[in-house]
Amino acid sequence: MSSAIESRGYVTPDALVSTDWVAEHLADPSVRIIESNEDLLLYPSGHIPGAVEVDWTRDLNDQVTRDYIDSEQFGALMSKIGVSPETTVVFYGDRNNWWAAYALWVFSLFGHYNAKIMDGGRLKWVNEDREMTTDVPTYQPTSYTPVPRDDTSNRAFRDEVVLHSRMRNVLIDVRSPEEFSGERLHMPDFPNEGALRGGHIPGAANVPWAKAVNPSDGTFKPYAELMELYGGYGPDEDVVVYCRIGERSSHTWFVLKFLLGFPNVRNYDGSWTEWGNSVGLPIEK
Amino acid sequence: MPPKVAAIVEAIKGIDDRQERIEALISLANKFREVPLDIASRPYPQSNKVPSCESQAYVFVAKLESGGYDIHFAVENPQGVSAKALAALLQQASGSCSEEILAINEEIVYDIFGRELSMGKSAGLTEMIRTVKALLKTT
Repeated sequence: MSSAIESRGYVTPDALVSTDWVAEHLADPSVRIIESNEDLLLYPSGHIPGAVEVDWTRDLNDQVTRDYIDSEQFGALMSKIGVSPETTVVFYGDRNNWWAAYALWVFSLFGHYNAKIMDGGRLKWVNEDREMTTDVPTYQPTSYTPVPRDDTSNRAFRDEVVLHSRMRNVLIDVRSPEEFSGERLHMPDFPNEGALRGGHIPGAANVPWAKAVNPSDGTFKPYAELMELYGGYGPDEDVVVYCRIGERSSHTWFVLKFLLGFPNVRNYDGSWTEWGNSVGLPIEK
Repeated sequence: MPPKVAAIVEAIKGIDDRQERIEALISLANKFREVPLDIASRPYPQSNKVPSCESQAYVFVAKLESGGYDIHFAVENPQGVSAKALAALLQQASGSCSEEILAINEEIVYDIFGRELSMGKSAGLTEMIRTVKALLKTT
């Protein structure tokens, strides 16, 4: 963490670390730096020295079922990248840490909360002309005892969201305004990914995920600005966030959970690709 | 499709191993050469910018005396490795006639990057091909 991050007033400031902090901990055996990107070519073409790659499709998703890896697979992954339950993992990646936040959220399903995000992500590190390497490190495999995946604390499923919507609990749709209104079935200028209907889950508010970061350097906005963005919600609210497949909403989940300190935030990873295609579910436009 | 482009696509398409394919694409990206100054210089015109491209790619098409066309790119995002790989591939079409260039199918994006390409990446990369074709028609 740095004084700059501390001064922003977050509820859990040590959920974030600065590029300086990472540079100072490159050789720290209790810290594992993890790069998670949308672009598969980025890590192999250069990464922070000592950083390992966790790829969202290859490493975190089940290869058959639309679901995440199970606890045994998670344990094997942790062992492979030399992470023990005590290791502090620091995620960073492209696109304003979009995929890094997604990876951190998946780690939370397995109770690995000793996790942080490098503020500003990969681009900030690159723009600061910091050291990069193509050397892929190997670490002594650890013995990571798998814990059962917890699908209740941070994750929401369709039927739970149906009830959540009916009860008019806080539901935040982090997609673009055009997707929220139903004008588009996908991100602006992005191809259609198959949702049959456009719109949003009844009762949802629209707060696009990227509004939480400063466009100039990808760092997170300070607490006061984030509270203004999510104005009207109290920290005790039961909140569900969603997007298209649950990746953009992981970023918002991180903001609400750690930077603003909302204890009851869940990510509906089925998101619009499930809801917008489901038989019998209502939508609003 | 221009033979040089087709040959590279076929070669990469035939690589089954994910890591080998990634290495081949990075090797391709390393061959990328930015648009020469006599063709275009910064700030590049918005009319040459590829829509939806996170890598901030620009396309420039120049007609040759032979009747063929040269294709050039700029990729402004330092993280635009995939865009540079595709640009390096499309640059191989330089010298080709318009019919050959217009025959480049957007499917080559999936042929070389694979079907696991994210929605955002596939949008930006296919738009690079579309922009080449669109500029070709007006050059």
